[in-house]
This record gives sequence, C-alpha cells and structure tokens, in this order.
Amino acid sequence: MDVPKTGFSFDLCRRNEMLTKKGLKSPGYLKTGTTIVGLIFENGVILGADTRATEGPIVADKNCEKIHYMAPNIYCCGAGTAADTEAVTDNISSQLKLHRYHTGRESRVVTALTLLKSHLFRYQGHVSAALVLGGVDVTGPHLHTIYPHGSTDTLPFATMGSGSLAAMAIFESEYREGLTREEGVNLVTKAICSGIFNDLGSGSNVDVCVIEKGKKEYLRNHLTPNPRTYISSKGYTFSKKTEVLLTKITPLKELVDVVQVGGGDAMEE
Amino acid sequence: MILRWILYYHQKEILRGLIEYPYVTGTSIIGIKYKDGILMAADMGGSYGSTIRYKSVERLKQVGKHSLIGASGEISDFQEILKYLDELILHDNMWDDGNSLGPKEVHNYLTRVMYNRRNKFDPLWNSLVIGGVKNGQKYLGSVSMIGVHYEDDHLATGFGNHLARPILREEWREDLSFEEGVKLLEKCMRNLLYRDRSAVNKLQIAKITEEGLTVSQPYSLKTFWNFAAFQNPTVGATGSW
Repeated sequence: MDVPKTGFSFDLCRRNEMLTKKGLKSPGYLKTGTTIVGLIFENGVILGADTRATEGPIVADKNCEKIHYMAPNIYCCGAGTAADTEAVTDNISSQLKLHRYHTGRESRVVTALTLLKSHLFRYQGHVSAALVLGGVDVTGPHLHTIYPHGSTDTLPFATMGSGSLAAMAIFESEYREGLTREEGVNLVTKAICSGIFNDLGSGSNVDVCVIEKGKKEYLRNHLTPNPRTYISSKGYTFSKKTEVLLTKITPLKELVDVVQVGGGDAMEE
Repeated sequence: MILRWILYYHQKEILRGLIEYPYVTGTSIIGIKYKDGILMAADMGGSYGSTIRYKSVERLKQVGKHSLIGASGEISDFQEILKYLDELILHDNMWDDGNSLGPKEVHNYLTRVMYNRRNKFDPLWNSLVIGGVKNGQKYLGSVSMIGVHYEDDHLATGFGNHLARPILREEWREDLSFEEGVKLLEKCMRNLLYRDRSAVNKLQIAKITEEGLTVSQPYSLKTFWNFAAFQNPTVGATGSW
C-alpha cells in the first residue's frame, strides 16, 4: 500500500504561477481585512477584534467572529484569509485537546504557539494567517503574534491586520504596565474603534475576550458603534391582506426527547 | 559638439515620460490648527533609500509673511519648489501694493504647479503641507505629488497618514492652547519614531500666528523601552523568541 507523501505538494503552485503569467485572473479570497489586538494587563490577557469580513471591495460578513477558541484558557485572533485562520485555529485546537487528554494537564500558550508556527512554516507562507495568540496558563499570562511565514514575537501589546497601524498608534501612546481590567478593556476597545473608523478593511462591531487565571469572558459585540441609522418606526410585519392559516404553535420539543450532553465547554467555538 | 548642446537644452523633454524615483527623501509632516494659528512638526532626517544619510534637513520653511510650508518626499524637489515660491513672493513684493500672498493663495499656486507637472509625467515627488494665518483667518492645506489638494483642521503626510491621523481625529479640538498643541504633536511624532523606520529622533516644531513665524531649535523626544516583556521576552515560555 502506497504511503501518501507527507507535507505540502507545491506542484500546483508552479502551474498557478504559469497561468497567472499567461493572463488568468486567479479567484479572489475572502480576506478578513482586519484590526486585531491583544494586550497584557495586571491579571491576564485581553484580546480584541473587529467584525468585518471583506471580499475585495465588498463586505461579505458584517458580523463575523475573529476571536477563535483554542483551549479553555487560550484564545486566538486571526487576520488574513478567513478560511486559513479558521482552519488553522480549528486544527491546532483539536490537537491541543488530544494533548490535554494525553497529559492530563491544562494547555500552555507556548504549546499552541509552537504547533501554529510549525504548521505555518511548513506551508511556507501559502497559508495566509496572521494571528494574535493570547492566554493564561500555569506559567502566567502570555501574548504572541504569529506571521504567515511562521515567525513569532512575544509582546506586551500587539496589533495585526490592515488596521494594525491605526490600533498601534493608540497602544503606543496609551499603553502602560499594570493596567486594571476596566482600563485594559477600554484601551482595547479604543484601539479597535480606531481601526474600525480609520481603516476601510475593518468595521462594524468590537469583540473583546478577557482571559484571567482560571476564568475567561468572551464579550461578543461588546461595543456596537455602527448601528443601522434609519429603521422603519412601524417595524416589519405582513401586509393586511395576508391569509392567516394557524395561530397555534406546537413546540417540537414535545414530540422529541432532547438530551443535554456535557457542560458548557463541549464543542465550544 | 552639437549633440551635447542638444542634450543640454532638451534633456528634460528627451527624458520626460520616463518613470522617476525619489532618492533623498524626508518622512512625515504633521500639521494642526490651534487657538492662535498653525503648528507643524517634522523630523530632520533625509533618507537615501534605507540609509539615514542626512540628519539636519530643515523640512519646514517660511513662505512670504503669512505662510509656512512643510514637505515630505524628494528633498531636491522641495528645494526646487522653494525656488519657485521665492520667485512668486519676489514678484508679489515688486507690485508694492500693500497686499501680500496668504497661505490660501500659496496653496492654490502649488496645487497648479504639482498638477501640471503630474500631467506631463514629470512630477515633483513631494507631499506638501501649507499653513498660515492672514487677517485672523487660520488656513491649513495639503497638496500631493499628483495634485490632490484639500484643507482640514489637522493633516499628516506619509506614514503620518496611518499612525498620526487616528490620534489627531480622536484628540484634536478647536481650542487647543500652544502647550496642548505641542503635546499632541509630540505624541504623534513619538509614535512615528517607534514605528516608522525612516524617522530620526531630532525634530523641529514650527508655530505660525498672525504675529509671525517661529521655528524651534531641533530637539529629541524621550522614549520608553522598559516594558517587562522587553527585558526577558521568553521567561517561562522557552520555545519562542
């Protein structure tokens, strides 16, 4: 039985380059054109992200989730090609879970870091994922950035994505060590808002995730500074001529037995 | 002999249409309106590609009685622009009619110059900021190498567009005092110093009001590098760098 060749096959890359040279327009990617940030505060790590996913000049998703779950104590923000960030964080998250079963211990941030950077390096930058990885483990709070080619940095505060300069301007002028939780969340929100309002690739809402020793808080849509301006005051409903067939609703639960499995952690996304 | 003469007089026309590259460049300029007039900041670096070749380039200059110009981009083109402006002010003075060109007029003149050069595929590779006060009216405008021009309460060129503008949009107010204005400019310049590779830590701040122009002596900003994470980045996390 033929053992499949391991590693990435670069054959098609040569073909694609040849076709592009001949004039073929390669299909576009769904990029997250993003602002993602992270900072270390007195008790842990705070991550932040905007919620706009772009496909060229079009906003494909107004409210996507860019803060990905890696482990109960580790989260990862992703910028770049949406499929790549989603796939790579999902993959490493599964590997971490298996590792937790094997060792019987809480995952460490360096483990996630090493798994991610080896994966990205092996694909030589073709996996277009730029990540901000943050978490709190037994050795303390950690914050890292990971670039598509596989290099990493360890930083007290970090920004990535197209809005990174706008967010970094806020961090460089206002970050201090030993921020409280409230100050940290406010600074992260301010930096993401700077990205949302000054960068065209970022927009919509602010997601925040606070990770401390032993607990974490995922604040989805912590701030929504871009509400719909003009909403019909009457609301939306059916026209008067619509024929009403039934007004009794039969809940499906009565016919089927629904069993709840596990705690809140199972299959968390 | 004749060939050399032809080349000498028609060099510009022969070479026109070819792409130009900037050689010695200045980085960002930041300008803001404040209570009494205009404040502008620029560092004194002249980069030659990735080398910082010159460290005492004055990129903020006076134009006539009422205006101040700051330039980023090719330094030789800036010197050429100063020559044009010199001629402009000279002719204005020769009229001897008690009127003098204000910042709005200088801005308009430069816009025409930049746009016409761009149309001939022979641009002056600069982004300019013109500020001044005339008859109590504050004016702050910008022109780019392709002739894009507009005026605003706060402006930035080059990297300043990405790093300084978010801060200015958040923190600029109509009634900034001189000290507050300088603090705001220094905040932006410090940011640029950290994150723009062609920035140097030697800057000048120019102030122009109804009374006149003053350009400060060159000075340096204090920077902070003592974050705990910078001292020993991989403590407790061996396996990263």
